[in-house]
Amino acid sequence: MSREQKAVECARKAFLTGRSKPLEHRIRQLKNLQRFLLEREKEIAEAIKKDLNKSEAGTQLYETLGLEGEIVLAVKKLAEWVAPRPVEKNLLTISDTVYIQPEPLGVVLIIGAWNYPWAVTIQPLIGAIAAGNAAVVKPSEVCVHTAKVMEDLLPAYIDKELYPVVTGGVSETQELLRQRFDHVFYTGNSMVGKLVMEAAAKHLTPITLELGGKSPCYIDKNCDIPIACRRVTWGKYSNCGQTCIAPDYILCEPSIQDRVLEEIKKSIKAFYTEDPKTCPDYGRIINQRHFKRIMAMTEDSTIAIGGDSDESTCYIAPTVLKDVQVNSKVMQEEIFGPLLPILTVSGVDEAINFINKGEKPLALYIFSPDDKVIKKVIAETSSGGVLANDCLVHYSVSALPFGGVGNSGMGSYHGKFSFDNLSHLRGCLIKQLKMEGVNDMRYPPHTAKKLFWARFFILKNPDLGWLGRMTLLAIIAVVAAVVLQRYLQ
Amino acid sequence: MAKLQYYTGVVLESSAYSNIPCPLFYQSLTQYGSSMSREQLVVERARRAFQTGMSKPLKFRVHQLKNLHRFITERRKDIADAVKKDLNKTEHSTELFETLGLEGEIDVAVERLAEWAAPRPVEKSLLTILDEVYIQPEPLGVVLIIGAWNYPWAVTLQPLVAAIAAGNAAVVKPSEVSSHSAKVMEELLPLYLDKELYPVVCGGVSETQELLRQRFDHIFYTGNSTVGKLVMEAAARHLTPVTLELGGKSPCYIDKDVDLRVACRRITWGKFVNCGQTCIAPDYILCEPSIQNRVVEEIRKCITEFYTDDPKTFEDYGRIINQRHFQRVMSLLEGSTVAIGGDSDQSQCYIAPTVLKDVTGGSKVMQEEIFGPLLPIVTVSGVDEAIQFINEREKPLALYVFSPDNKLIRRVIAETSSGALVANDCLVHFTVSALPFGGVGNSGMGRYHSQHGFDQLSHLRACLIKKLNLEDANAMRYPPHTAKKLGWARFFLLKQVNLRRLRRMALLALFSAMAAFIVQRFLR
Repeated sequence: MSREQKAVECARKAFLTGRSKPLEHRIRQLKNLQRFLLEREKEIAEAIKKDLNKSEAGTQLYETLGLEGEIVLAVKKLAEWVAPRPVEKNLLTISDTVYIQPEPLGVVLIIGAWNYPWAVTIQPLIGAIAAGNAAVVKPSEVCVHTAKVMEDLLPAYIDKELYPVVTGGVSETQELLRQRFDHVFYTGNSMVGKLVMEAAAKHLTPITLELGGKSPCYIDKNCDIPIACRRVTWGKYSNCGQTCIAPDYILCEPSIQDRVLEEIKKSIKAFYTEDPKTCPDYGRIINQRHFKRIMAMTEDSTIAIGGDSDESTCYIAPTVLKDVQVNSKVMQEEIFGPLLPILTVSGVDEAINFINKGEKPLALYIFSPDDKVIKKVIAETSSGGVLANDCLVHYSVSALPFGGVGNSGMGSYHGKFSFDNLSHLRGCLIKQLKMEGVNDMRYPPHTAKKLFWARFFILKNPDLGWLGRMTLLAIIAVVAAVVLQRYLQ
Repeated sequence: MAKLQYYTGVVLESSAYSNIPCPLFYQSLTQYGSSMSREQLVVERARRAFQTGMSKPLKFRVHQLKNLHRFITERRKDIADAVKKDLNKTEHSTELFETLGLEGEIDVAVERLAEWAAPRPVEKSLLTILDEVYIQPEPLGVVLIIGAWNYPWAVTLQPLVAAIAAGNAAVVKPSEVSSHSAKVMEELLPLYLDKELYPVVCGGVSETQELLRQRFDHIFYTGNSTVGKLVMEAAARHLTPVTLELGGKSPCYIDKDVDLRVACRRITWGKFVNCGQTCIAPDYILCEPSIQNRVVEEIRKCITEFYTDDPKTFEDYGRIINQRHFQRVMSLLEGSTVAIGGDSDQSQCYIAPTVLKDVTGGSKVMQEEIFGPLLPIVTVSGVDEAIQFINEREKPLALYVFSPDNKLIRRVIAETSSGALVANDCLVHFTVSALPFGGVGNSGMGRYHSQHGFDQLSHLRACLIKKLNLEDANAMRYPPHTAKKLGWARFFLLKQVNLRRLRRMALLALFSAMAAFIVQRFLR
């Protein structure tokens, strides 16, 4: 048995004991996870610093704060999420118990990514634990230091059989994908996403794929450009552009391009100083391979801001490219780096046409003071999520499902969506063995008369809720009438 | 090939409603037309039609759904004739088990569509208190629906209702095994529904494979697990999400304290409808040895009551779909004791309603989903052993428990898993549109019926509309990152303020103040 096989079997055995199911267990594990984040803040921050050159405050803000929020929410709401969910009754089920019962799926595989290694690896784990599953956690090997901290320290806080951490590279991941899981949760790129889905197909395992794409950012010429550019700058250069929902490129009219450039330049300076290379809050590209990949993209475009780099430290300055053409290198793939191309369009119609020529992105950004423009873009495009007048922040709205569509992914999570997508929502109908006479209409021999009754019961959709309310109103009216009458006597 | 556009509202041309050709697409089609397969052409046409945006407006969707309804009511005879030839069902039976459910689904969709398609506001937080936050359902694009042969109309058209309701185009591929129904679908559906948005493509394995090579925005497959895996694998190449309605061995546990007469009546009905060829039929019975004989007797009585002494001549008893399945089902008898029935007639694909007793877990009939009129009884020592037996096997599509004891029922629910669970009856959860219908594990993924189908074939897009004011509040997130800023971020992100409760409290305070004021004035 390979190491991976053993870990999965061990997790399955642990799940089959039933110990991941009770609410107290799930809450205890979630609180332990929370403790881990607080007690090991230093180790987490150090690992991120080595992997991505993030500052300690940056790590908290972008990685662990969101996790803490999700844990707090899950602990608070778990009893509500787990409870049976009664559904609307009809004439045939009026005296039955009808509800949806959330249940654990079993053993979930979570494959993390390297850009926000804690956020995108642990957030699915929170959902898995909350839903009562076991989970095999496979952090990305690319963020080497973080993977090690996860492997070394997580087992000291959460059940190491139910939630093992399995590190490794491509071959270890392939070996994991050969095992049978009850759900596979993958964050990463579309190419590997297809391989993950193919592997899952062999076991009929449902999947969640959080992929990426080129998230467009349309800036209306009538909007408050300084503020818009401030938000776009922040959204773009956080984590050195290595964010799945970073605004990938800007679309705007030629008349405002220079203004946009000016404002972005100002914001870059305000955030990262005159020399971002020495600013502790400006990150680095994860490794040489990605550094080269990104630098190659600047080859056939005009650099308006930045452009300088240092291969030895994987540093690329906050860069803006102007007058970018649609067939330029930088527009052929998701940038995932600190290059911000600006493409000029004649207006929102051309912007919409342009967006629709590409694959459906994970996020779509629109900066406009005009609600009609915003609603038009929403109506005429598709994307995982859409955010008007800001960047990234929909990620922290736990009431919104976070996920892609088309090439940007399938499934969603965050908040209750994590719980629901890692559960089986089982339809339950509890009938009684009485009133057998009513069932005659369904038994053979099938006659026109019986069919008539069946038609009545199945097609008649009385609004039972409304009927109930009307009845209540009638009772109150009668009582009021009686009381008034007595009072007036 | 020009990269195709996948979204609504991009009006390139309105192929069905105008004569204005779109140079780009006609050019590309004629250029490649001769080398394109029939399936490829159909899918491209459906995509083009989708991109005109015409499937999106609610009025259009309702119109198409009402046309589908009209098709079912006007062509009742054609549908019934086809099902009679395919599965030997009577006209009434076809209505009861196939089209009635469809009519119900269409009615619900038409009634509720505006509600389902509307933006769904979500709970706000401190950070979004001034923003518009909602989930917007959107069409996915082009859906592929691969139907099955056992209820060819129900399982092929019910997903179509969901696809239309959600604003998609849909390529409908009925099962070639129910060949007469497939033919009627192919010939008559285009007379009622938009034939470019909702084409019917008939064919066998190779045509289905060719379809699966094309790119869709969702694939909805009903059938068996083996093909289900192939469908998912094909979908993976395009990152297409899938709904797989598969099957399995749906267990039926009979508690010894239950009213056996009624229980067996419902089970008999559930099992032998459509000659056992129902994905949610009770596949096998689990009960204690002490009641086995009683169970057999009661089932015998019900079989006679429902299907007369000679089911072969009775019009409401069906047939096995074809020779291959006939042989498959008959071979499952090997090694088991026949307690009722067992007779057959290969020339007619007739198998009598059959009950097998004292069946063991290792016997042939317990190795695969029966999908036929054989009802094995496996004896167990009690509910504990029943639960263990069930859990040793793949998660089924349905699980049935017959018991007067609510505690026992809850226990079975808590200690097993299945697509759905019904206590004290069979099959009927299929008609409860508020319940999601789908499997788990080997019995499938995804679900449909009513709003569940609408949601499954939509993209539920997260929308957050902010304003460009209050920029100062954002200072806490901008570099340079300081401890002080972090403190504020922690406050806003971690504080779980129950805005609804705050509003209720405020309202209550207001009422109390008003009440106090009125009482005071009144008392003076």
